[in-house]
Amino acid sequence: MEEANESPFMKYMRKDRLPHIFCAGCGNGIVLNTFFKGMEMAEVDFDNVVMVSGIGCSSRIPGYVKCDSLHTTHGRPISFASGLKLGNPELDVVVFSGDGDAAAIGGNHLIHGARRNMDLTVICINNSIYGMTGGQISPTSPQGSYGTTAPYGAFERPFDLAELVSAAGASYVARWTTAHALQLSNSIKKALENKGFSFVEVISQCPTYYGRKNKMRSPLDMMRWMKENSINKRKADTMDSEELAGKLVVGEFVNKAEREFSQELYDLVEEKYGKKSDAIKSAYRDD
Amino acid sequence: MIKLDPNLCKGCSICTEFCPKGVYEDSKTPDKKGVYVPIPKNQEKCTKCNLCALMCPDQAIKVDENDE
Repeated sequence: MEEANESPFMKYMRKDRLPHIFCAGCGNGIVLNTFFKGMEMAEVDFDNVVMVSGIGCSSRIPGYVKCDSLHTTHGRPISFASGLKLGNPELDVVVFSGDGDAAAIGGNHLIHGARRNMDLTVICINNSIYGMTGGQISPTSPQGSYGTTAPYGAFERPFDLAELVSAAGASYVARWTTAHALQLSNSIKKALENKGFSFVEVISQCPTYYGRKNKMRSPLDMMRWMKENSINKRKADTMDSEELAGKLVVGEFVNKAEREFSQELYDLVEEKYGKKSDAIKSAYRDD
Repeated sequence: MIKLDPNLCKGCSICTEFCPKGVYEDSKTPDKKGVYVPIPKNQEKCTKCNLCALMCPDQAIKVDENDE
């Protein structure tokens, strides 16, 4: 029931748990809204959506949504989601993950999910820092950024997640920031429609830890920084690496139709055993 | 009509910054929770693009399609 005074996305949320625990101006809420908008545009049945998440701020999102969800161990949401998808390939499985979850501890699960081209939609909210545990440097923190574990600035090279997943073989890869809400919801729509591993990286603001350590104390400062420093992929392709230093390349990286893993597996079962696999419904067969 | 839920708003001012028409204005006085809830002051300028409702991280904004 949509009531007159409520946000258009409130009908998908568990109202008794609001307001959510995210800090004022956190990007997670924006990603949640854009996901709902993308879902409406893709005309996905909300009752058929399953959200899977690991550990972290962004992984608390499924707890606020009125759909089936799994809150799993740190870094393993893609493994759980793969199992879920193979158990019942009709589900729309969406993974919400942070950068520490998907890139650091679950890096291997991420690339192998992409390699297999499982039909999952992975939304990685990349805030470039470990926000929940106190602002430690993560594998995606830009070079020279500060954190509690990098008082002199991070000197490691960061992961480029969108390029990593493209190289691992995903069939849809896009990257946007939270300041590009409309483009982001369009990408989420395409990711939900795509049969195969769809990866949407969202560069998000963490004003509490990343912003405070890097002289961008308010969420607005961070969003202005993201808006001013982002370059579309098409333009970035014509620029060299020196010009691109410190910039965020946004846009669609990969969009191709490829063989999908669960379909492939079910076809193999049918070919070898002569009947369709219906493992999920066997318990209800006599009903 | 723009409706803003003061129980959900955390005062991040993203709506004030990103509204293309400058409908919102920052409040000068905090409410009882200490949150500076923005005021949709220039509602006649609103084109109902719904960008504020999409970008509100706290799902606090509702833009009514039909006027009064």
